Amino acid sequence: MKPRDLTDLALRNLRESILRNALTTLGVAVGVASLVAMLSLGVGLQQLAAKRLSESGLFDTILVTPKNAFRGMGRPQREPDSGKPPRVLDDDARKELEKLPNVIEVYPQVRFFTEVRFNNKPYATVVAGMPDSSRNSGSFDGMQGKFFSSTTANEAILQIEFAKDLSEKTSSLIGQDLVLRYAERQSLPSASSNAHPSANPPDTSGGGFSVVAKELRLKIVGIVETEPAAGYGGYGNARLLMPLLTASTLRAAQVNDLRDIVRDSNSGKTTYASLSVRAKSPSQVEALETSIKKMGFNAFSLLDASKSLRTFFTVFDSLLGIFGCLALAVATLGIVNTLVMAILERRREIGVLKALGAADSDVQQLFFIEAGVMGFFGGIFGVLLGWLLGRVVTFGTNVYLQRQNLNPIELSSVPLWLVASALIFAILVSLAAGLYPASRAAKLNPVDALRYE
Amino acid sequence: MPTAAPAIRLDRVSRHYTMGGTSVRAVDELSLSVANNEFLALLGSSGSGKSTLLNLIAGLDRLTSGSIFAHGQDIASLSSLELARYRSKTIGMIFQSFNLLPRMTLEENIELPLRLAEVDRAERPARVREALERVRLTHRLGHRPTELSGGEQQRVAIARALVNRPKILLADEPTGNLDSATGEAILNLLRELRSQLGMTIVMVTHERPLAEAFADRLAIMGDGKLLRTTSLKGLPQ
Repeated sequence: MKPRDLTDLALRNLRESILRNALTTLGVAVGVASLVAMLSLGVGLQQLAAKRLSESGLFDTILVTPKNAFRGMGRPQREPDSGKPPRVLDDDARKELEKLPNVIEVYPQVRFFTEVRFNNKPYATVVAGMPDSSRNSGSFDGMQGKFFSSTTANEAILQIEFAKDLSEKTSSLIGQDLVLRYAERQSLPSASSNAHPSANPPDTSGGGFSVVAKELRLKIVGIVETEPAAGYGGYGNARLLMPLLTASTLRAAQVNDLRDIVRDSNSGKTTYASLSVRAKSPSQVEALETSIKKMGFNAFSLLDASKSLRTFFTVFDSLLGIFGCLALAVATLGIVNTLVMAILERRREIGVLKALGAADSDVQQLFFIEAGVMGFFGGIFGVLLGWLLGRVVTFGTNVYLQRQNLNPIELSSVPLWLVASALIFAILVSLAAGLYPASRAAKLNPVDALRYE
Repeated sequence: MPTAAPAIRLDRVSRHYTMGGTSVRAVDELSLSVANNEFLALLGSSGSGKSTLLNLIAGLDRLTSGSIFAHGQDIASLSSLELARYRSKTIGMIFQSFNLLPRMTLEENIELPLRLAEVDRAERPARVREALERVRLTHRLGHRPTELSGGEQQRVAIARALVNRPKILLADEPTGNLDSATGEAILNLLRELRSQLGMTIVMVTHERPLAEAFADRLAIMGDGKLLRTTSLKGLPQ
């Protein structure tokens, strides 16, 4: 029989026992729904975790330092047997890094521990310069107030914990001023031409600097709940964020890598203690890291942590999938039961079909299609039901979160691949369930079948 | 009128069953020829093996031994798929209980063999109408079998058997569920169609008067064997 005729006939058969077949299909739908709901929660949680992590800049950022950079307790990390002098992290290197594929931006780390005065009270905190691109990173989504008005604005965004230290009513802080007290580093071109009487002794590379106390008035423009500057390379999470350009013009003394921070060297070129390279996505970090190392710099990222996170979610999703599959397995038995019952009911009909010229394969395909159609519709309804379940769980969770004064989250996610795989899986499982009934129907002896009352 | 070349030739045909450990010889070493365009009635008491023989000719059942040739085709040598094609193209069957599919309309019932024979969709409505015209039931096209009388249902079954223009029509007690007048009408119709279409008809019946009135020849069976044949129209035996 031609496929179209087989399908017509199968659909007609399904319509004739509409209640039973609808219930069987509903069974499949519930099975698929449980699978989709479970996996959508898994995917949703994974996306949530990945979003939070990418917002922190931990997983798509590579910290680049020269090979002679001080690390840890101030011990130099030199390559054991490299004959060549270590490459300097200067503007040329910065441009070269910017040209690497999949690099969004390269910026120096400006992060320093300092004192902030607000209402004439001192507060100690870590200040970080934020590049303008972080505006779109998602970190500042849902913030109170607004992002910096310009790249050189004297403005500050406070992390909520720090804001709570300043005032119990955090929203009232926006628009107010605070005073940043910091130590400005003023460079000394050489040991002989010392411009500042209070300067520190010159360092071994010939340059030197003095530290001068300075103040800067900043306007609080926003309060953010995430930790956009939770990155490494500094010391701890920054609680006061300001535009990167503003922060770098302060030339504030940074405790970390004090020796190598932005300065004018004897050659007149700017060199950096470290540069942050932001990749388009965490998946490109590994390749970028390799390229940077080839350029002759140290490169460091939290890729390994991200890898184990992915492993965790793969295992987590698999477990959810297995639980979801249990319901589908029960639904599969429903299909087998329905089709075996149909064979008993339609025994005579199968005999007539064979007497009229139906081949065994025609009968087999007929039952197969019936199983597949139930699987297809079960799959469609199941995906819809699963999506709905996910929405209900998300809604319930968000109601709870809002009562706890927490921001709503997107707990479940049904991506297109999940819809497609659930549909294909439902059809395949249903076809597998139809295997036994179809072969049993095909093998029916037509003489016995015609005699059957 | 029958011609000399046989439409069906049975050569020492046997069909044995094993039931409860004993072998039952439903058909035993039976040889018989049915001429082209002949109307043969298979008579015999219950359990004489008439229906088994009909099923063997129809290719619904497999021989234990012997051979059956239908229009020169050795049925015993055919694969399962070839047998299905043989049933679809060469054979038409009607049954005592009509065996129409109650969930389908008359039109769909008659179309079913055309679907199985993979006849082009566009051609099917005309073929269905033609078959219904032959049994004079065109006005009941959209009805379901249960809405028809027994005689009408059997006419639909005949239309369904004829729609693929088979060379051989096998009828298993076609009048068994009908009153005598309707039964006669059905046999009249079969004889008329045989003349029109040049078919060979083999009919199993236990109603000897009807068989004598309509068949060309009687083949009487007992205990799986052919006891005798009786020509009613002066045909060669």
